[in-house]
Amino acid sequence: MVSASPMIEVENLSVNYAGKPALDQLTLDVRRNEILAVIGPANSGKTTLLNCINRMIETIPSASVSGTVKVDGHNVAEYRDPSLLRRRIGMVFPLPVGLPMTVYENVTFAPRMAGEKDRTVLDETVQRCLKQSALWDEVKDRLDDLGTRLSGGQQQRLTIARALSLNPEILCLDEFSIAVDPVTTMKIEEVLKELNENMTIVVVTNLVLQAKRLAHRTALLLRGKLVEVGDNEVIFSRQTADARTFQYVQGLFG
Amino acid sequence: MEFAIKASGFSAIFFVFAIFFFVFSTASEFIFEKMDFVEFLTSPEWYPTSLSNKRYGTLALLAGTVSVTGLAMLIAVPLGLGSALFISEFTSGVVKEGLKITIELLAAIPSVVWGFIGLAVMNPLIIEVFDAPIGLNVLNGGIILGLMSVPIMTTIAEDALKAVPDSYREASLALGATRWQTAHKVLFPAARSGLLAAVLLGVGRAIGETMAVLMATGHAVQIPGSPLDSVRTLTATIAAELGETAAGSDHYQALFAVGVLLFLLTFGVNLAADLIVRGRSAR
Amino acid sequence: MNASPFATSARTATNRRVESVGKTVLAGVTALLILPLTAILGLLVIRGAPALSMEFLLEAPTAGMTAGGVFPAIVGTLWLVGVSLAVSAPVGIMAGIYLNEYAKANWLTRMVNLAIVNLAGVPSIVHALFGVGVFVLFLGLGTSILSASLTLAIMTLPVIIASTKEALAAVPMAFREACWTLGATRWQTIRHVVLPNSISGILTGVILQVSRAAGETAPIMFTGAAFYLPFLPQSVQDQCMALSMHLFTVSTQVPNVPEAIPYATALVLLSVVLLVNMFAIAFRTYLRRNRKW
Repeated sequence: MVSASPMIEVENLSVNYAGKPALDQLTLDVRRNEILAVIGPANSGKTTLLNCINRMIETIPSASVSGTVKVDGHNVAEYRDPSLLRRRIGMVFPLPVGLPMTVYENVTFAPRMAGEKDRTVLDETVQRCLKQSALWDEVKDRLDDLGTRLSGGQQQRLTIARALSLNPEILCLDEFSIAVDPVTTMKIEEVLKELNENMTIVVVTNLVLQAKRLAHRTALLLRGKLVEVGDNEVIFSRQTADARTFQYVQGLFG
Repeated sequence: MEFAIKASGFSAIFFVFAIFFFVFSTASEFIFEKMDFVEFLTSPEWYPTSLSNKRYGTLALLAGTVSVTGLAMLIAVPLGLGSALFISEFTSGVVKEGLKITIELLAAIPSVVWGFIGLAVMNPLIIEVFDAPIGLNVLNGGIILGLMSVPIMTTIAEDALKAVPDSYREASLALGATRWQTAHKVLFPAARSGLLAAVLLGVGRAIGETMAVLMATGHAVQIPGSPLDSVRTLTATIAAELGETAAGSDHYQALFAVGVLLFLLTFGVNLAADLIVRGRSAR
Repeated sequence: MNASPFATSARTATNRRVESVGKTVLAGVTALLILPLTAILGLLVIRGAPALSMEFLLEAPTAGMTAGGVFPAIVGTLWLVGVSLAVSAPVGIMAGIYLNEYAKANWLTRMVNLAIVNLAGVPSIVHALFGVGVFVLFLGLGTSILSASLTLAIMTLPVIIASTKEALAAVPMAFREACWTLGATRWQTIRHVVLPNSISGILTGVILQVSRAAGETAPIMFTGAAFYLPFLPQSVQDQCMALSMHLFTVSTQVPNVPEAIPYATALVLLSVVLLVNMFAIAFRTYLRRNRKW
């Protein structure tokens, strides 16, 4: 199921925010159709890494970037219009953001912006995405309600549904469970495992156990540097290549 | 559409700088080539239409502006800050909303209407009460201008008080202080810079006010000796004389020079208020 | 601190008295402030009543402005407000969008923002100087509705820019980021998410400038408003009368005007301004209740 040629290739990636380093010479591959977990304490550069993959880093004025990120073999910097890149990558933020429009409009926003006008296609998209994100049963009668009026956990699944609306090849989630109750978290984790059949997934999390449950491989970042990346069997064992990995995973620091 | 937005952005920026540039350039020819700069600022003699002895001294006009503005602030500062404190700390719900809306409507009364009130109501009142020969003077203009400047002060001071975190209030009340003590021992110090900015913006507005002072202060170019003397402000001078000057004449340019002076005064006051507010938010 | 916190000491009693006196004084101060609005309105109604009638609104001044109505002034004010807002509203809104959504955070943007803040504080008579110098003389538009309206537009522009920026800034940044990650372009994000959720605030800002433009006198005095015109304006190249200017004229420039005429004129002007303002306030209140987040 996990094939070897990399979907995302990060090479020598360094990022500064107004001179303060956030990522330092990071090199990391994400394989096709794997779930990669990125763990590490606060301010270790996990979110910055995600922002570089879909070029959202450009919206932060103080950030300066060097190094390359390739998605599916193409340097992301070569996209003339970053929105074309972003349509291939689903992104979910820590805090759920329901856009101030109806649930239906939320889910169809990306396809509509990409030019899709066919009502039946949009209807199908809404149903597929809401089912995939385990939200369909709860909102199928409330598609015309405002997305901002859903509960926090529902909004987070709405965000995931939205991220899935363009059938992205890659799905990135940044600490998605921060604002979500444990039951919903488990639901979303099940969803991610199902989606993983034909999607590459990067999960940034500060929950070590979530990485263990969910991912095929896990990477540990520390102050902008990659400490270690490896199969979960290795990372969550005593045989880690770097002693700090073992200590972090065991909760001995962080 | 995106192009139109950018074009508008730049055209607005262009207009902004055009105003600075145009008013300054028209005035600068006069200031730097035709007249004595020191005289312009220090002479009380403003005789722009005299045939034999033209004089362009703005001291008396400045004194007019300062005296009327000063009196206005004596009225506006206690009223403005007091009402802001009352609205912010001692009212709630519908009463608060109602008062705020009333203040907003008060701010909307056109200055020519205020001027008319000064002329038609205050004038005979002052003549009667003070037995003055004329009621169009510093007192009249000061009262009118004071009332006009209150709304902006109240609004901004109320914002400043609202910006003080509730935790300050709660902490003070929890320690047994009354709301009154909380207001003057905790809130006023905490909101000091915002309140100062409110006063400065009121001053800026008062200095720049034209129609009301034109109609309510009389037309005497003199340094006032008492509140019952008539004066003429910088703004009123431009308004009274601009219509009668020939374009490009010395007098015309002199009025632009007065405009620059006025501009610099209000600019200075507004900038100070802006910096104070910014200093507060940066902290 | 007192040993027994629940006992009423002489000191707390004094404190309470100070508080109630203070509160009363403040209430008095606030009442003193509200008073002028009601007093002015009342006075204008009472003293203007003898002149006020349908004919007053629909007839031109007659007998050297000592009789008749204010119809041409109302028409002129409509022209001035309409033309000036037709210029300043689109330009101001688009400039506000540019500054809030596109402009990079550099020194130039900071300077422009500073200039706009200060331009909003420039006295209206300085705008009049600019209007006379640039529109009337330099561009050769003469004293006309166009010159006067453009002067008013320049005066209202910075305020519209500022209120537009404020309305846009009230839309949470997270909405924009969510749209961008979904592959929406900057303009699509503005068009489909930012504007629909800020247009009401933007419009409120514009409506408030309608009342300001209607009430201003100094900027139009020398650029296009006439003391008296025997005809209604036919195009933007004509001069026009205006309510604010008319009030100034009948109260200072014309001898032997019956007292009721300036009072009634002031009442009409004030009513227009206050009604527009109340409409804006009601609009804003309604929209705040119906926010989508």
